[in-house]
Amino acid sequence: MRSPVKHALGAMALLSLFGAALPAVAQTTVGEPWVRASVPQQQSTGAFMTLTASTDSKLVGVESPVAKTVQVHQMQMHNDVMSMSEVKALDLPAGKPVVLDTNGYHVMLMGLVKQVKEGDTVPLTLIVEDAKGQKESIKVDAPVRSLTATDGHGEHSMHDHSHM
Amino acid sequence: MNDLLTRRTVIAGLGLLGLGALAGCNNSGALDFKYGKDLSNKILGRTFKLKDPQGNVMTLSSFQGSMPMVFFGFTQCPAVCPTTLARAVQIKKLMGRDADFLQVVFISLDPERDTPEVLDAYVKAFDPSFVALSGTLEETAAVAKEFGVFYEKVPAGDTYTISHSSTSYVFDSRGVLRLGLSHSLNARECTEDLLTVMEVC
Repeated sequence: MRSPVKHALGAMALLSLFGAALPAVAQTTVGEPWVRASVPQQQSTGAFMTLTASTDSKLVGVESPVAKTVQVHQMQMHNDVMSMSEVKALDLPAGKPVVLDTNGYHVMLMGLVKQVKEGDTVPLTLIVEDAKGQKESIKVDAPVRSLTATDGHGEHSMHDHSHM
Repeated sequence: MNDLLTRRTVIAGLGLLGLGALAGCNNSGALDFKYGKDLSNKILGRTFKLKDPQGNVMTLSSFQGSMPMVFFGFTQCPAVCPTTLARAVQIKKLMGRDADFLQVVFISLDPERDTPEVLDAYVKAFDPSFVALSGTLEETAAVAKEFGVFYEKVPAGDTYTISHSSTSYVFDSRGVLRLGLSHSLNARECTEDLLTVMEVC
């Protein structure tokens, strides 16, 4: 079953409207997805978004036709050393937005099959598993932002210190 | 809100203590940075020899007369590297007319995948004045050691990512190491400290 993304999004919006009436249906909403543009021959880039699950769930996988390998990574800083490790299952507690941004969790698109250009959209399929082990696939079309983009919501490196 | 930090405001901020340093290049004295780490007494990164994407051999003295800000990374890096380079773009905006004095230098820790073409396109996408340097695997290991930069390959799927130190190293115009800027500092904080370096030499 392959419904166009617009329909899926529309259906998600409808579902969330009636969410209260359908407590048994686990679902996850995806806010502000975006992918960082790459330069020619660059082999990987990152995808960012905010996930909110209606019931306790886990993000267990991401797929995309633009990359050979897609993994969820966690970036951590230890004594100034930035390290990244794969997260096999990312907890999505009920009702709590989980941010995938340039400071913590993010989706790594590795082995890019072609350059990802600003203005393109990248199809992503998120696989979310609820507490009962039921899986749902969420299709998202993530717009590509410039290589130089920073997170759009008061990122620490871009803080407005106008009160200083 | 005035986003432009001028050298004058920094001079005023430095007060009497700062005036002494202004008299000339003070190579040994420790500096009082508000946010970054004073590295004036550290001897790091003096003898590296790497190539720019055009194949020119570059050493620290290639940047004499400017204020080099050296950062280590790799282009497959999704988070720290682009945010640090984007921060450098912001810093240049905040520095206003002094921006041309700052020379951003990106050293690749991944010479196997960061070909000169990829490196050049990558840094120039941020700012055409940014310079990318790379070397052989041995030269990369040597320059990292010289700066005390930690890095290691971490397997990821059938490829790898790299864990690495995220400090930016700032030299004064005579090639004396002065300042270490942590990844956690914002552009404004970095700019204030960079202007302090400019006042010293």
